[in-house]
Amino acid sequence: RDFNERCAQCSDVNWGLTDGGRFYCRSCHNITERTREVVNTDFITNSRVQTISKGSRKQEKNDGGCEWYICEGFQLVLKKQAEALEALGVCPQMKDEVLCNFWRCYLQKSKQAYCKKPAGETVKALSVCESSTDVDSDPERPSLLHLLSLSESEGDLQTDCSFASSLSKVSESTSVYSGSVDGSLYLMKNQKEKLRMTMPMTLSFCYMALLWMREPITLSELLRFVVEGHIPYLNVFQHFPEKMKLCGLDLKIFCVESWPVYEDVFNKMHELAAFLDLPRFPDVTDSCFLHPDMLCMKYLMEANLPDELHNWTCRVVKKIGIGEVDFLTVMPGNKSTRKVKYDVLAAAVIVVVLKLLFLLDDRYEWLLSEFAEERNRNNTEGGPYFEFKKWYEVVKHALDVEQKKLDEERAKYLWRCEKPLFYSVKNKSKVLKRRQMVVNLQNQFGKLSGSVRRAEKPNPSSFQLSWSEENTDGSCFHGHSLKGILKEKCGLLTAMNPDYWLCTVKLCNEKLCGHLAHYKEVEFPQSYHFVLGLFSFLLRIQPSYIHDEVCMIEHKLFNKKLCKKLKYNTVLRK
Amino acid sequence: SSHEHKLNFRKSKEACLSYIQDALLQKQWKRAAEFLTCYVESLEKDYSREHVSPSEMIWRIGTEILWHHSQSSMKEFNCFMEQMKTLGVKRYLKVCLEHVFHLLCNGQIDEAYQNLSLAESWRFGEQTAIQDKEMKLIQAYRGLLDYYSWSKKKNILLEHGEDGFSDLAVEQEMHGYFRKAAVNLKEIIKIPGVWDLFVKCYVDLLEFYGDHNEARQVLNEYAYNSKFPANPNAHVYLYQFLKRQGESKKSLISALKILHDIVPSHELMIDFNTMLQKSKKRKKRRLGLEVIFAALDYAGWKENAKAWSCLARQVKQIVISEKHLDWIKQEWNPRKDWWPAFHFSRYLAKRNWQENKSLSYEKALVAGILLGKDCKYFKYVSHQGCKAQLKRFRVLKKFVNRHNPVCLRISG
Repeated sequence: RDFNERCAQCSDVNWGLTDGGRFYCRSCHNITERTREVVNTDFITNSRVQTISKGSRKQEKNDGGCEWYICEGFQLVLKKQAEALEALGVCPQMKDEVLCNFWRCYLQKSKQAYCKKPAGETVKALSVCESSTDVDSDPERPSLLHLLSLSESEGDLQTDCSFASSLSKVSESTSVYSGSVDGSLYLMKNQKEKLRMTMPMTLSFCYMALLWMREPITLSELLRFVVEGHIPYLNVFQHFPEKMKLCGLDLKIFCVESWPVYEDVFNKMHELAAFLDLPRFPDVTDSCFLHPDMLCMKYLMEANLPDELHNWTCRVVKKIGIGEVDFLTVMPGNKSTRKVKYDVLAAAVIVVVLKLLFLLDDRYEWLLSEFAEERNRNNTEGGPYFEFKKWYEVVKHALDVEQKKLDEERAKYLWRCEKPLFYSVKNKSKVLKRRQMVVNLQNQFGKLSGSVRRAEKPNPSSFQLSWSEENTDGSCFHGHSLKGILKEKCGLLTAMNPDYWLCTVKLCNEKLCGHLAHYKEVEFPQSYHFVLGLFSFLLRIQPSYIHDEVCMIEHKLFNKKLCKKLKYNTVLRK
Repeated sequence: SSHEHKLNFRKSKEACLSYIQDALLQKQWKRAAEFLTCYVESLEKDYSREHVSPSEMIWRIGTEILWHHSQSSMKEFNCFMEQMKTLGVKRYLKVCLEHVFHLLCNGQIDEAYQNLSLAESWRFGEQTAIQDKEMKLIQAYRGLLDYYSWSKKKNILLEHGEDGFSDLAVEQEMHGYFRKAAVNLKEIIKIPGVWDLFVKCYVDLLEFYGDHNEARQVLNEYAYNSKFPANPNAHVYLYQFLKRQGESKKSLISALKILHDIVPSHELMIDFNTMLQKSKKRKKRRLGLEVIFAALDYAGWKENAKAWSCLARQVKQIVISEKHLDWIKQEWNPRKDWWPAFHFSRYLAKRNWQENKSLSYEKALVAGILLGKDCKYFKYVSHQGCKAQLKRFRVLKKFVNRHNPVCLRISG
């Protein structure tokens, strides 16, 4: 891609990469000896066939900037993100091969590169030269305000209006509305057709690549790393080279002012996979980290629950078939199967198991706990029996502490960075002055914050809560036994608890209302709410998403009984 | 409680503000500073549609923190205020004014004066006209500080005068300050409002230079102009002025009449009653009785021996003359349901007797007249008094006993 030379045979500039990493000319299929390593990858210039209406593009502009396209910007973002993931331990293949190829495929499909000049479309940025100086007179050109409103980022209405009005009088030069060449065009494009690139979508790309490689990072973890700053996302544009000037509409595209949302990234990823016409993803087998058996083990550890519960999660997984390769593997474009959220699914399995064993009706689990407590008091030989009450107290305490920390971090979150952004040259000085004032104030009050220095970014960790068996205070429950709540029946261990309550008797139509069920805290037992809350914290998603999965699992589990007894009350006998 | 896992700039800053608020309320200045440090980047975002802008928040919060924080110095404070002045031109004069207040609180009169002068010379297009009110306040406070300087010069002169020295230079300075102060003080008290301190100072100046007419006019305006909010102090100032001028009782009384209407529990009611009691006019004496009864309706007066002695003297005089008993009846009627428990309980009798014999004497007299010789209070106190062989209590007992039929007519 970085290759600008003309082809020896046909003098065209339209290069592709062979599998061996060699450049070949797409027009005449002439293969060169040049391989990828030779080329400088620092700043990827665009060797598109199509040129701007003004001819070959200029390299340098007056202010030391150069022309750049929006997709180049996103490419840089992806590169930075992939590098960060590599630093976290993801194998380099993900960046060098998988993500790269996904991106190129996307560029090709969305006709931004690697293709002949798309029919009927010209890369004419919304420039105010050539024709009239009055932008509004041209009925085809959308008004600037309209463009500004199209973007999803937060609107600064005042700034938008002043920016728009300040430009309507400009009468020369191209690309006034943005530092990039095609900023305005980018916002103008019809979203539905071409799957326009956005900042959250970069994370969808990353997740898709991670999934393809079956790397041991779940989506919730990825997003948590983003929020914690280990993966560039917020203010990633500060890593753009000096020559790539950002201003105007570019800000709308690259500036982020909200944390990425799980649902959005997840859904977009699947949309993307379909758009790119990807084949079936590599199989997610039971040795894979994303398999429910593996994830359940991890989450059980993190939730400080006994290891013995793992047998039960495996049993449930097996019974309802959610451990099957075909269920778990991604099939792009297949609209009938429900898309699997591996992390949420695993958490939901644990919740169902807890309901199976402890009922969680705000009475039975405490009763069981009392028996266990009595037994533990009278009998100190052999390992302790698991006491729900003790576990609840320990975990709740830890959870409260962490939640409080998280709440404070949210309040202290810094959104801006040193590299200031300005809409136009006009308000540059104002922006710089403001930044200076902000820095001054931060220094002044930072000193008065006492010895409380802003903690350095914590090292990225896969586990948010950790429990050590070496603690003598008995706060680790991994090794505790479930004997007190199990009984043997026909050679098989089964729960003493004979009952189960369904979260919902009838599932909603997800396509219509977006959810399988509707979770309202007051309608469910406190213990259930607590358990949902625990995993909600760990995964950083709303409890209702976990609740949806729980409902789905329950309906699979009790499918037969449900079909028979649809009209009966919700408490079933197992 | 469910916690949102979404977050955007605005929500984050809202949360930040609430943490700052909590910290301020609990006087945790370090913690407030910590969160404010995170909040300040709000300045870089446009909040023009919001009710209160971040720059105003930062100004007010920052001021509080810097004022109270143990490690903050005046130098830092001043530096911060200068920054805040540049932040919002629409607020410039307000910030200047508040800065001046803080300097004054810190005893830095000269710096305060400099700031006021600087602010006075500020011009900024149409903003100057819009911030007209603040400008007037700035001029008024400068006038106040000029008065303060005048006062200092005056004292120096008086000292020197005692020693026999005369100091022309100081005198010139003093007059200079007078002129500057008078101009600004006069301006501000024209605007309807509460200007107690300014009025006092201005009147002081006028009196010193002998312009009593102007002083009287100013005070009358301040007290009687209906555009000005009702202000008891205005009447007090007027009264004190008239007294200093040796005005007639008539004008003094009319000055205090309004005060009685606005604040029946004012401490000057004793003076008022004293004047009214002595008046030859029946109406005035009647008013006097009303005034003293009204004052004693208030809990703050319960143990005021002087007030009770005023009341006692007046009712005693009425009882002896047996004229105008209906006055007492009129005053007593609305009070007879609750005054006994309020003033004349047995518990109070004991306490008053223990703590303040004079008080109990006066009260006993009143109680004996209003409630008769069999009332708890009178019985207890007079008994105690006679036991202690205090002459006046014996006299009291005799008096009340003798006039009991009259008393019964009152309480009947």
